[in-house]
Amino acid sequence: MSTVLVIEDDQQMRRFLRTVLAGQGHTIVEAGTVATGIDEVRRARPDVVLLDLGLPDGDGLAVIAEMRPAEPRVPVIVLSARGQEGDKVIALDSGADDYLTKPFGAGELLARIRAVMRRGAVAGVTPEVIDVGPYRIDQARHEVTVDGKLVHLTPIEFKLLVELARQPGRVLTHRQLLRQVWGPTAVDQNHYLRVHVAALRRKIERDPAQPRWLVTEAGVGYRLRDAAPTE
Amino acid sequence: MASRDPERPDPDALLARVQRNAARDARARLKVFFGAAPGVGKTYAMLEAARRSKADGASILIGAVETHGRTETARLLDGLDVLPRRRMDHRGVVLEEFDLEAALARKPGFVVVDELAHTNAPGSRHAKRWQDVVELLDAGIDVWTTLNVQHVESLGDVVQQITGIKVRETVPDAMLERADDIELVDLSPEDLLARLAEGKVYVPDQASRALLFQRGNLLALRELALRRAAEHVDAEVLRYRREHGIATPWPTHERIVVCVGPSPGSERLIRATKRMAEGLHAPWIAVNVELIGAAPLGPRDRERLEAHLRLVETLGGDVVRLRGHRVAEALLAHAREHNVTRIVAGKPTHPRWRDRLRGSMLDDLIRGSGPIEVHVIAPVVSGAAQAEPMPRAEHAELGSYAWAIAAIAGVTAIGLFAFEYVALAEITMLYLIAILLASLLGRGPSLVAVALAVVLFNFCFVPPRFTLAVADVRHLLTFGVMFGSGLVISTLVIRLRRQERDAITREQRTAHLQAFTRDVAAADSVADVATVLARHLEATLDVAAAVLVPDPVDGLVAAAGLTPVAAQEITVARWAFDHREVAGHGTDTLSGTSALCVPLIAGDAAVGVLAIQRRRGTPPRLGVDQRQLIDALARQAALAIARVQFAEQAREAALRAHTEELRSSLLSAVSHDLRTPLSVITGAATSLVQHGDTLTPAARGELLQTIVEDARRLERVLSNLLQLTRVETGMQPAREWVPADEIVGAALTRTEETRRGRAVETDVESDLLLEIDPVLFEQVLINLIENATKHGAPPFTIRARRDGGDVVIEVADRGPGLPQGESARLFEKFVRASAAPGAGLGLAVVRAIVHAHGGTVIAANRPDGGAVFRVVLPTPPPPATPLTLPERAAS
Repeated sequence: MSTVLVIEDDQQMRRFLRTVLAGQGHTIVEAGTVATGIDEVRRARPDVVLLDLGLPDGDGLAVIAEMRPAEPRVPVIVLSARGQEGDKVIALDSGADDYLTKPFGAGELLARIRAVMRRGAVAGVTPEVIDVGPYRIDQARHEVTVDGKLVHLTPIEFKLLVELARQPGRVLTHRQLLRQVWGPTAVDQNHYLRVHVAALRRKIERDPAQPRWLVTEAGVGYRLRDAAPTE
Repeated sequence: MASRDPERPDPDALLARVQRNAARDARARLKVFFGAAPGVGKTYAMLEAARRSKADGASILIGAVETHGRTETARLLDGLDVLPRRRMDHRGVVLEEFDLEAALARKPGFVVVDELAHTNAPGSRHAKRWQDVVELLDAGIDVWTTLNVQHVESLGDVVQQITGIKVRETVPDAMLERADDIELVDLSPEDLLARLAEGKVYVPDQASRALLFQRGNLLALRELALRRAAEHVDAEVLRYRREHGIATPWPTHERIVVCVGPSPGSERLIRATKRMAEGLHAPWIAVNVELIGAAPLGPRDRERLEAHLRLVETLGGDVVRLRGHRVAEALLAHAREHNVTRIVAGKPTHPRWRDRLRGSMLDDLIRGSGPIEVHVIAPVVSGAAQAEPMPRAEHAELGSYAWAIAAIAGVTAIGLFAFEYVALAEITMLYLIAILLASLLGRGPSLVAVALAVVLFNFCFVPPRFTLAVADVRHLLTFGVMFGSGLVISTLVIRLRRQERDAITREQRTAHLQAFTRDVAAADSVADVATVLARHLEATLDVAAAVLVPDPVDGLVAAAGLTPVAAQEITVARWAFDHREVAGHGTDTLSGTSALCVPLIAGDAAVGVLAIQRRRGTPPRLGVDQRQLIDALARQAALAIARVQFAEQAREAALRAHTEELRSSLLSAVSHDLRTPLSVITGAATSLVQHGDTLTPAARGELLQTIVEDARRLERVLSNLLQLTRVETGMQPAREWVPADEIVGAALTRTEETRRGRAVETDVESDLLLEIDPVLFEQVLINLIENATKHGAPPFTIRARRDGGDVVIEVADRGPGLPQGESARLFEKFVRASAAPGAGLGLAVVRAIVHAHGGTVIAANRPDGGAVFRVVLPTPPPPATPLTLPERAAS
């Protein structure tokens, strides 16, 4: 199917990833250090990169920095532990596409890989009308419907929703959203963003305190799910 | 009372002697080669002795020796270890100086330093060489040095009287007293004059050479030197006698006070008192009396007074400052209180009429002295230094004179107009009112007004009018009364105004001190204290102030202050800090710099240094008042810094103890609560590996499910442990404004799996904002939700609402509720409510995070069944609505 590059130094973790991914018919390329990881990106031309942040010869972020100029499209999923929200934000802001918090299950892993690859396929083209879950967003007419019902959004809420919906399933950091909607001077004004997301949720979620689609990634940012949560 | 056996020494004295011996053995020794005049061969004698010691194996360093081109002296240096001179560039001239730092670094057995009275080149560490020697001695290095009798501080004026030479380079008497050995190098005047004729004597200054090398003068100097050396021997003998139980031949109960003022004659009084005190072996005190209501001293007088008081300190006397209405009164009160036996005062130099007018201080002193002896000594006034005229501030401006004249002219005009209707007496009254008004303008204008009033009154009103002649002799009396009462009025008014001004100054200083004390009491870090000190000084004195505190890595670093501290000032500050003495501009040490450095001393240790500069880097011009204020503030600040440092140490110790406790509970958690799920996983996984084929599909599924669940349990324990460790080791929450529904929603999303479909109802006020660390606080809600779903029964609810200045968040269930009396213990680490799995860390984490946010959490049973966990977070009003943030232009 596709080639997955796993840059991870832990043997057991690599064994687990290899087993799960091979079971799904993916081709696996493995690297244990930053240096070999960068080499493999060039040589094996992977479709997805799974990147551990704590590597023996340096920070996994170095791989992103090294590969991004040449490979702007290859999706990178960062693997990191809970409690390292700061690292996740840095990784996302410097070009990673998504992250998985260790420990994670096989289902979660495969879902993330599917999502980044799907986005990769349609990247660059934002259709006039975006369909995500119950939402239909008509960019030309500035209209949003939820389950077919028209909702009225302010210009800021509309922009926020469009930004999230353009890459459904992908987490966007506070900084990324603030820059897209308000511009580069506003990137530290987290609470502006929070208040507007709360207002947006009240219009597009059934219960804003139990959001089903526009979910919060605490300490990182927001994600518009591309599939209904399993319940 | 039984009298003590005179032959047996006092036990206290014996103890003191033992201690002093120990101190003397430990401390470095000072040997002085003492002579009557240059050329007697002190340096030669010293170097010869040094060579002998070297032959005996002593380690000798020649610090500084001036050979003045004499070859026989230079030859003596051969084979001795000579320290290279430090070369200093001073305004284009290269000066060579004794290199104190190098000498200290070499740590020799003893150092030979010639010419103790030498004045160091500008830019040296100390102004005088004897200060270098003190530092060497303090560092435990023995010193040999040379000194001529004319350089001894207390003999300075005697030498001046004998020879007419004003001696500028002086060494405090304390130095000579500190000497363990004084070796007198003696040469008869005839031999010395012969040597001079042979060109073997080097005297830099031709004028003093002419004065000094007269036979009579040399004889007198020789006698002085012999006497001074003998006194030293005398003191040594006496000390020996005392220390060996030989009764002292005289009872010494004397105590001498000398009255010191700004007048130049005081210097002689001080030296005379010092000699008298030495002769009597009595302690002596210099008293300065500041008169209440007197005009403040002018800057030159003030400087002279301070110089006198400094001289007292260098000569080994104590300084006492008194305030009083009359000098004699204050002096006598102090003398009686302190059992003073003698008072030394100067002969008056002012004209006799002043005593008649104001009363004589000396008269009062002698009359009131009772059993106290009063010594009156003639001051030597060297001509130039006469008492300074009234300070500038007291000079009235020309405008004031104009007003005074105008007032008198006005009254005269009124008088001329009303002359027909009133008597002469009334006109006199009018003049007195005008004089009263004029005296408000100062002494000068009031005197002008009095004189003018008398003249005009005579001219305009007293018959024969419009002449200065007086027809009736009785009118002369009127003039006298007018003149006298005018003077009295103006004197009284002026004195009142001075007292008022005095009181205001005093009041201001007290207010400053009070304000400072208040501010510094509120400071809870060294940086705070430093900021308060610097700010107060800058506001009060128009200076730039910085406070330096010791730093384990960088030495002294600036704690606060608006001026950057230059490396040069750091050196001065370092010295002040190490020696616990004031240094820098206006002092004797490192005075070439622009900053004054005052050590902040608490108890025995220096805790920092206050560096004061005038703005724009020029040296501060500080008067006595300012210096006193600085000293007072520095004392207060030092105490505050010491207090803060103690508090910080206590806090650190508490934190360490807490961390220690945490570590041990962490270990117990690791050993028990982590191993349990691990054993389950290991067990299930190994049975699958070994017996997977023989197990039924249902059993296999069961084992696999166990592995997944216990792995999650392990992850929960770990993440709780991690959060708890972070919060309890002092990590501060990174607070942001977060909508309540967002944080509740995030927690519910994260618990979707563990809840396994168990629904949670939410009742969250819309637009409710919390100031929280979103990552940490999410953990609070997750743990409460998991706790409820684990131990309680549905329906589960989360409510969040504002309640006054707080936000209240409740997580409630309808389960069996909490066991009686357990609600507080629940939040302890590793306490578990029921048999449900979990390490019992969840609620401890909740409490720790909530506390870190300044909030509280309680658990209670609901009146209608079930348990409720209530988090109360104090929440200030949220910031303004964010809608004002400009939108990005459409892209």
